Amino acid sequence: MERTEAELIAAVLRGDAASFEPLIRKYSPRVFAVARRYARRESEVEDISQEVWLKAFERLSGYRGEAPFEHWLMRVTVRTCYDFLRAHQRNRELSFSDLNAAETDWLERFSARPETAPENAEAAKLLVRRLLEKLSPPARLVITLLEIEDHPVKEVARLTGWSVPLVKVRAFRARAEMRKILTKMAKDKYL
Amino acid sequence: MNIAELQMKLLAAARADAPDDRVPCAFEKRVMALLASRPGVNQSALWVSGLWRAAVSCAAIVLLLGIWVSFNSTTSLNPADLAWNFENTLLASVDQNEPVP
Repeated sequence: MERTEAELIAAVLRGDAASFEPLIRKYSPRVFAVARRYARRESEVEDISQEVWLKAFERLSGYRGEAPFEHWLMRVTVRTCYDFLRAHQRNRELSFSDLNAAETDWLERFSARPETAPENAEAAKLLVRRLLEKLSPPARLVITLLEIEDHPVKEVARLTGWSVPLVKVRAFRARAEMRKILTKMAKDKYL
Repeated sequence: MNIAELQMKLLAAARADAPDDRVPCAFEKRVMALLASRPGVNQSALWVSGLWRAAVSCAAIVLLLGIWVSFNSTTSLNPADLAWNFENTLLASVDQNEPVP
């Protein structure tokens, strides 16, 4: 008979590490999906996901059982992704010359007539991924959680460990940062 | 170029670009193997380290108290006071009103 999550967690805390495996199997798809929002390569996705599970195992005694295990695990995942972003900060300049032909073409069409540049175009997806990589870690995290994954502010605060006012301030700054990068990129093209 | 509109359109593109939730084959086995290879927490080492820290703190407190007491004793050291205290201590058990046999 399949054990419940609470039974599995209790078994792990009693020293039965093997009971952790069913939890990994069940929730890894969710962890991988979140990690793929922040990683640059597939190898990094697996590294991040592995780190999430190692931390989850170490900190399992901190899981109180008041909320579903998935919520607690997602908090560990988001914070691990944020640590990863901070450890891998790179040059944040995005120049028009960095873009490939499809992205340039999409931008040209948007510039001429926005309705001719669809948001489900592959070029648009590539362009936004490139743009997100150029944001600072807190900006990227808050934009991803708030604007892309559409979490409410309170949920973002819970996931990140930031206060609600801090989430709002960071969201404001993140949108400004995004606009600044796009403005500079547009200026590069027309100068 | 309308930057605000471009930003909105790109965020909509990001929303439409749902990430893949595919998990590599045998990922959970690799994680379990990593967990098994990590050294366990040594409880007695934790105790020893805690007790050492407590011992050092106690030694520091004793030293500070000793310095403080020593400093206070030297500043209030008056030979007349000492003699008076010494005499009173010695004669404390003798009742001055009792007749001497």
